[in-house]
Amino acid sequence: MTIEKHSKLLFGLVLFALVLIARLFSIQILDEKYKTSADNQAMFYQTIYPARGVIYDRNGKTLAGNAIVYDIMITPKECQGIQFDTLELARTLNLDVEYIRERFDYYRKYRRRIGWQQQIFAKRVLPEVYMKFAEIMYKYPGFRGVKRSVRSYPINAGGNLLGYCSEVDDNYMQKHPGIYRPGDYAGRTGIEIAMEEELRGEKGYNIFLRGSNSQIKAKYKDGEMDLEAIPGKNVVTCIDADLQSYGQRLMENKVGAMVAIEPGTGEILALISSPGIDVNMLNDFGANYSIISENKYRPMFNRAVAASYPPGSVFKLVNGLIGLQEGVLTPETRYKCDHGFYYGNKRLGCHWHNSPLDMEFSIMTSCNAYYCYVFKNILENPKYSSIQERFDRWNEMVHSFGFGQKLGSDFPSELAGNIPTSEFYDKRYKKNWNAYSVISLSIGQGEIGCTPLHIANLAATIANRGYYYIPHIIKASDGVEIDPKYYQKNYTMVDTTHFQKIIKGMYKAVNAGQGSGATAWVGEVKGLDICGKTGTAQNPRGDDNSVFICFAPKDDPKIAIAVYVENGGFGATWAVPMASLMVEKYLTGEITRPEMEKRILEGDLMYKVKPY
Amino acid sequence: MNYPYDTERSFKNTIDWWLLGCYIVLVVFGWLNIYASVHGDEEASIFDFATRSGKQFVWILSSLGIAGIILFIIPPRVYEVISPLLYSIVVFLLIAVIFVGTDIKGSHSWFQFGPVSFQPAEISKITTSLMLATMMSHNGFKMQGRNFWITVAIILLPMLIIIAEKETGSALVYVGFIFMLYREGLSGWLLSIVGLVIVVFILTIVYSPFIGILIALVLISLFDAAQSKSLLIWALVAIPLIILNFLVSERYQLTAISVEAVLYILYSAFMAARGLHQKFRWATISVLAGMTLLVFSADFVFNDILKDYQRARIEVLLGMREDMSGVGYNVNQSKIAIGSGGLLGKGFCQGTQTAYGFVPEQSTDFIFCTVGEEWGFVGCVALIIVYLTLIFRIVLDSEHSRNAFTRIYGYCFASCIFMHLFINIGMTLGLMPVIGIPLPFMSYGGSSMWSFTTMLFIFIALDKDERKYF
Repeated sequence: MTIEKHSKLLFGLVLFALVLIARLFSIQILDEKYKTSADNQAMFYQTIYPARGVIYDRNGKTLAGNAIVYDIMITPKECQGIQFDTLELARTLNLDVEYIRERFDYYRKYRRRIGWQQQIFAKRVLPEVYMKFAEIMYKYPGFRGVKRSVRSYPINAGGNLLGYCSEVDDNYMQKHPGIYRPGDYAGRTGIEIAMEEELRGEKGYNIFLRGSNSQIKAKYKDGEMDLEAIPGKNVVTCIDADLQSYGQRLMENKVGAMVAIEPGTGEILALISSPGIDVNMLNDFGANYSIISENKYRPMFNRAVAASYPPGSVFKLVNGLIGLQEGVLTPETRYKCDHGFYYGNKRLGCHWHNSPLDMEFSIMTSCNAYYCYVFKNILENPKYSSIQERFDRWNEMVHSFGFGQKLGSDFPSELAGNIPTSEFYDKRYKKNWNAYSVISLSIGQGEIGCTPLHIANLAATIANRGYYYIPHIIKASDGVEIDPKYYQKNYTMVDTTHFQKIIKGMYKAVNAGQGSGATAWVGEVKGLDICGKTGTAQNPRGDDNSVFICFAPKDDPKIAIAVYVENGGFGATWAVPMASLMVEKYLTGEITRPEMEKRILEGDLMYKVKPY
Repeated sequence: MNYPYDTERSFKNTIDWWLLGCYIVLVVFGWLNIYASVHGDEEASIFDFATRSGKQFVWILSSLGIAGIILFIIPPRVYEVISPLLYSIVVFLLIAVIFVGTDIKGSHSWFQFGPVSFQPAEISKITTSLMLATMMSHNGFKMQGRNFWITVAIILLPMLIIIAEKETGSALVYVGFIFMLYREGLSGWLLSIVGLVIVVFILTIVYSPFIGILIALVLISLFDAAQSKSLLIWALVAIPLIILNFLVSERYQLTAISVEAVLYILYSAFMAARGLHQKFRWATISVLAGMTLLVFSADFVFNDILKDYQRARIEVLLGMREDMSGVGYNVNQSKIAIGSGGLLGKGFCQGTQTAYGFVPEQSTDFIFCTVGEEWGFVGCVALIIVYLTLIFRIVLDSEHSRNAFTRIYGYCFASCIFMHLFINIGMTLGLMPVIGIPLPFMSYGGSSMWSFTTMLFIFIALDKDERKYF
């Protein structure tokens, strides 16, 4: 059979057509690459940045709000080959000519990788600068201003607490895939990072079409496909902005921390670490970073939750309570104090006061010897068979106050602190130890480490007569829920009835009057019924630390506070008046002792503190 | 002219409505796509004479006028008489334009009369076709000896002049006349060898001489198989090859081809050992020798004879060079536009690539991109089918014709459309180098619209003339 030539030709024609169709099939149906390319070059996504959620204090005052700035974006591909007036650009945007050159060199060098992507040309241009630039923007194709909101801080309160936001880096983007793109901001420390998910909101975009000459032509489908940005959720904190700000002022030129808690809820009213970060530094943290990191007193270090301090005499309250609970101490028990506690050929000294004394007086006057006896009795309790058993029982009870562990607050970087175990001493003393070996624990010295937050929590626990709520800074509000654990009462292993006895002593420590032997008489405020306990903790790096915890009013506590001033000397010298002023400020809103306030505000202890 | 028959059939019955239908579909569809491709932000009317679609409307109307004149006024038999004259005039114009023509994009192929420019190369296709038909329809014409060389000369003369005008693309169309020659008696071998030379040349440049020889082997085996009419060999060699070329990724294609070549050598050895099909041995051997020569000369030709821009175009086409901003830009943009159309396309005037001018020569040479982007795979296939229908009808009408002039002219015309179609679409799909020739009946431009309309309606008129009596 011979095939006609025209049939062969037509057959060939069909084959050729099939080649074209196969090619079309592969380009149009199989390969997605071309569709993506088409979208990338014809569609221009302009990101709309959402306003970050506002951070409020407990009374609705704004701690961190939003202000508008502009980022100048550039799509280098759109301005390829165009000569700019670099000088004018530099002048208008307050930039360095050298900087502009560098940027353009960079775009040229990486033009392939950049492609149609937008690059950030200049960040955080203030609105008034941007307006000037907008007038001449027509001369600079490829440039675009993107409005974005940055933080504004109406009150100087809680720099360390709030934390800062900064542009995400590669590492951060990899950890949170799909959420961030270069140029986005995210919280890095403090509340900003703890509440990042709530605060960040959702980005939106406008889609524009652009032509081959890169000019924006029109809105894609009249904006039908655009996505609105969803602003971040607002976050309400428990912080009292005024109290926080006042505390910061009191702590100026001192190193230490202050934590105020509302005992009835566990809400943190103020959390101050000094020296701290000024809120005005937060907004452009990168630019201020060197100033902050070069400060030898480490303002980034949040002492309130992350510094391990010996609690000092305030810890006598814990030992007293344990003694009462264990039955080795009654309020009526009296011990003699002869300027100290003698064991073997050693002495643990004490200041001058009446002797012998009962428990109430021991708290009021903060007798060291008394608590050495109490602690010795705890560790020689015949109920238990060995020192280890007794010690671990003690350890367990101390833990029930929240010491030696992270309390579980919603604040990042909380420190667990340290309460030693019997194992630790077994190791140290090769199992050959007794109460005297660890006697300094009785007065809150030695191997105990705790944070000001732990100490404040102790104040709140005593104020509550035996339980605490986990201290926290975020309040539940519209759209923001908090962990149910913050609503739970955490009881200590000490019966609630014992607390009343301790509180009597704490009341007297503040209110018994000058000359009575009361250690905290300077903190007395008539009518506020402040109950407190001073502490003077040894500091190997210099003068003793001045410590004070208190709560008020005695019968209906509204505030519990711990003040820890490094190298401040006696508790009564700095910590007591500071706490007292804080309580007064919080409860009455005014200060009746301006000369005391003046002394504190002007007090400068920095010369005593050895920088790191 | 008066015909002595009163059995003449009416216009309605004699005209090939398929051809007319295809013509109208292509012209209107082309016009819509021109509108879509220049349609930007401002909504302009399709009739707005300031725009290309408006001007194309003028070309279309005037083309219809030309069609009318050809159908109703010019007697079809006159072409045979005047074709030598027309051919001579056009050859003269082709030469003249080199000296007096306007330089448009580096080629001297346009006459410019005020706002109207005109390209003799477009008309040359018509006159060459008519000349070939006249010449080859003479009684006693045979595809050999003097006749053959005259035929070749008729084709080569305008072709070479056009190459001199630096319109290589238009000249390439004349290669298509080989299909007509084949129909009129040229040996299939010649057609095959021309194809083979091109394929091997490209492969040698892209891969290596070794691969070139391998492929030559495989292709010769194909001819061998076709000649011996053994279905087994077809199945063994051709089908896997074709499938492999489309399915196997580039990396493994060479391996696959090598395997095919080894299979063929084994098969040949087997057949030779059994003393079978000796008949084509001489041909196989001589072609193989020729191929080997070609393979080693390809390198030389490519590097030393071709001009820089030609080499650049070939390199981009063959994927040896990815140059997205230079020569490769056009093809890349064109592929993006077509590829982004997907199955059903983005819809009329919805194309982002076409409307915003990413593709160069959007309404002329790259009009197919608009079809690809806005009408999708389905639209493209439909369009190709319309063209195929057109070519099929022309070939079938030619075959049915009892008049050699009509038949030869028809084949010339079909070859021209075929060449334009595959070079143009192949170019937009990155299968062909960027050769600036229009898509028949669709691309924007008066010259091409008029010349293709004229060509088509001369054929319709010739065909109609015959149908009157049968």
